Amino acid sequence: MPSVLVLFAHPALEKSRTNRLLLDVCLSMDSVTVNDLYEQYPDFDIDVDREQQLLLDHDYIILQHPFYWYSAPALVKQWIDLVLEHGWAYGHEGKALMGKKLFNAITAGGPQSVYQETGNNRFTVRQFLAPFDQTAHLCKMIYLPPFVVHGTNRLTLEGAQQYANQYRLLLSLITSGQLDVEDARNRQYLNELILD
Amino acid sequence: MNQSVLLQAIVYLASGVLFVPIAKRLGLGSVLGYLLAGIAIGPAGLELVGQEGHDIMHFAEFGVIIMLFLVGLELEPERLWKLRSSVLGLGGLQVLLTAVLLTGGAILAGVAWQPALAMGMILAMSSTAIVLQTLNEKGLMQSAAGQNTFAVLLFQDISVIPILAIMPLLATYPAASGHDPHAAISLLDQLPESLRPFATLATVVGVVVLGRYVMRPIFRTVARTGLREIFIATALLMVVSVSVLMEMVGLSPALGAFVAGVVLANSEYKHELESDIDPFKGLLLGLFFISVGAAIDFELIIRQPGLIIGIVAAVMAAKALVLALLGKTFRLSTDQNLIFSLGLCQVGEFAFVLLSYTSQNGILPAEMVGLLTAVVAISMALTPLVFLLNEKVLLPRIGTKEKPHLEEDTIDEKNPVIIAGFGRYGTIVGRFLRANNIGTTVLDFDSDRVETLRKMGFKVYYGDASRYDLLKAAGAAEARIIIIALDSPKKVLDLTETIKKHFPHLTILTKAYDRNDTYEYMDAGLTHIYRETVDSSLRMGTDVLTLLGFRAYHSQRAARLFLRQDEKALADLGSVRHDRNRYYSRVRLRIKELEDLLQSDVNDRWLKDIEEGWDAESLRREASRAGS
Repeated sequence: MPSVLVLFAHPALEKSRTNRLLLDVCLSMDSVTVNDLYEQYPDFDIDVDREQQLLLDHDYIILQHPFYWYSAPALVKQWIDLVLEHGWAYGHEGKALMGKKLFNAITAGGPQSVYQETGNNRFTVRQFLAPFDQTAHLCKMIYLPPFVVHGTNRLTLEGAQQYANQYRLLLSLITSGQLDVEDARNRQYLNELILD
Repeated sequence: MNQSVLLQAIVYLASGVLFVPIAKRLGLGSVLGYLLAGIAIGPAGLELVGQEGHDIMHFAEFGVIIMLFLVGLELEPERLWKLRSSVLGLGGLQVLLTAVLLTGGAILAGVAWQPALAMGMILAMSSTAIVLQTLNEKGLMQSAAGQNTFAVLLFQDISVIPILAIMPLLATYPAASGHDPHAAISLLDQLPESLRPFATLATVVGVVVLGRYVMRPIFRTVARTGLREIFIATALLMVVSVSVLMEMVGLSPALGAFVAGVVLANSEYKHELESDIDPFKGLLLGLFFISVGAAIDFELIIRQPGLIIGIVAAVMAAKALVLALLGKTFRLSTDQNLIFSLGLCQVGEFAFVLLSYTSQNGILPAEMVGLLTAVVAISMALTPLVFLLNEKVLLPRIGTKEKPHLEEDTIDEKNPVIIAGFGRYGTIVGRFLRANNIGTTVLDFDSDRVETLRKMGFKVYYGDASRYDLLKAAGAAEARIIIIALDSPKKVLDLTETIKKHFPHLTILTKAYDRNDTYEYMDAGLTHIYRETVDSSLRMGTDVLTLLGFRAYHSQRAARLFLRQDEKALADLGSVRHDRNRYYSRVRLRIKELEDLLQSDVNDRWLKDIEEGWDAESLRREASRAGS
């Protein structure tokens, strides 16, 4: 059975309802390990050995975070910089992560309609996530489309709970080994797998 | 007290006080000043001192002994071991070649070979006192020339022992009547000849063992009394005892003192000893130079000026030549070689001792001894002038103007950080710095603690850090940062004053016990002040928040905000603290402000950062307005 590691990053979780709900979903599932980065490393002093061991122990890596400034909170970047070492994660000798799956689970304030060439944000979420995509590629991982919660700025509690349910179903699909990776790779968002 | 002793003291002190500053002012160096002072009060000048000058010289030779003790103190055994090739090679060759050359010259001049050999050996010696003092004053001790000079002088000190052994074999004249009143009572007279070398060796080993295992506990006990003068007395007692003991077994007392110094070089009392004994060295050496000046027999010189000047010139030229050749062989640069060879080309104070020995044992005729004594004194008096000539005329022309390059193993400790006070607080800082490969020199005033820390493997020195001389000995002139982790606020302020006055280049970081101390330190102009408890308390507070369910990142930022605001308030309160009423009302205000600040959701800029930077309420409101 595939195991899942959620790398959760939120500098002010106390202010975020949607992320709280999503996180609770992860915490309630046995085969999902939650690594709460801001709680673990409030001083940004990342324990590289611990993080690498966590990565080795899991098959699916989920970067769960708010989509701040079309990207991730600062600690995620710090984490990538320190943990994905040359010769370990990438480079000629770097094969530790080969074949693992990586995707982002993000919460964005705006609706999907603004993430279009014609919308206010001018680019799609997939386009904005290109650095993660390439990072996974360099580390010989399989990058999957993101799970996206859109419109958190105007989301009602029920709306947020619906997203939480989608997330739970997605995680179950993964941990039960029923996720068709090839199918998933061709989707825009992973949400579609649940809505089908 | 004998009145004449005091009168003599006045004469010597006054001449020194008068001449040395003038000589220094004229750029001639203190040694020449003392020598001039001696000439002025001697038989050729005001005739204020007469025959007793020789006694004074003998007494003042103790200054040379103390100097070698201090040199030894600076030279840890490992470093001495590294110098071994220059001591044996360079020093050995210098004594041998110079003695051969001068002996040959004397034989050519018609002297029989025995007295010629005695002269050669005597004149091969250089003046430890003048040369080391001058090099120290010019800051050249650490240069290649300084180190090699020291190596040669050290070998000369050692070679006095075999020379004294050879001398009696050279006797050709009837021994002079009377015994040298200063000749030491030898402990070895009763021993059969064959056992004497072993007894001598045993004594040296004894001194090393005593220094290692007996002197340190004694110093610790004495230090615990807290009486500085007793500490000084103990130090002097030790140096005098060791040198007398050495003399009794037929070794050079200066060499004995040097050995004692080396033995104590690793001890925690190194810097304290250094700074306590140094003034005695200075005064006694001054006295010694004055008596050398006073001993110059101008009448003799006037009678045979050509001969004496000729001998002086020939001897100095021959010595300089040998030294220069050796310097070249040992790869000294031109500049360094000039300092090295010209610096050592005089004849030294050991010659006086050896000359009086030769006259008593019938090795040299009395008139020749008188002549040579004048030659020695003149060559010593010329040394500062030779240094001056080299510095002002030769080096600027011949020298390549390269800076004297520092040898890798410098004698002084040159750590970038000094830690004053190695208690609970200083220890942590020290360990942290050590773990990061930062060299620290540590001073502490608690002898028990110093002992314990030493056992744990820390290099800690005993002493009161607020004293200028100790700071200097600890390398404050070269350090960049001083950490003050003393408990007594008075000591901190004293130390701060000393640093600001003498070592203004040092950045000062201070530990403070509480707010009141902090205010005092702020008033004293200190800027890097660390309250002992604030960081630890806030770390605990952060953990409490986290345990209560706050996000770790929030707790941490809250603690930082608190610290920032508290430091700001501290600066503000410091300015009104002398007015009790205003102070307390201001404190109340500040505490209230801080609480409001941390609790406010709306007004505070920083907390706004948390919300608006990452999950802005205003953004949500704007979005819903746009959508509706």
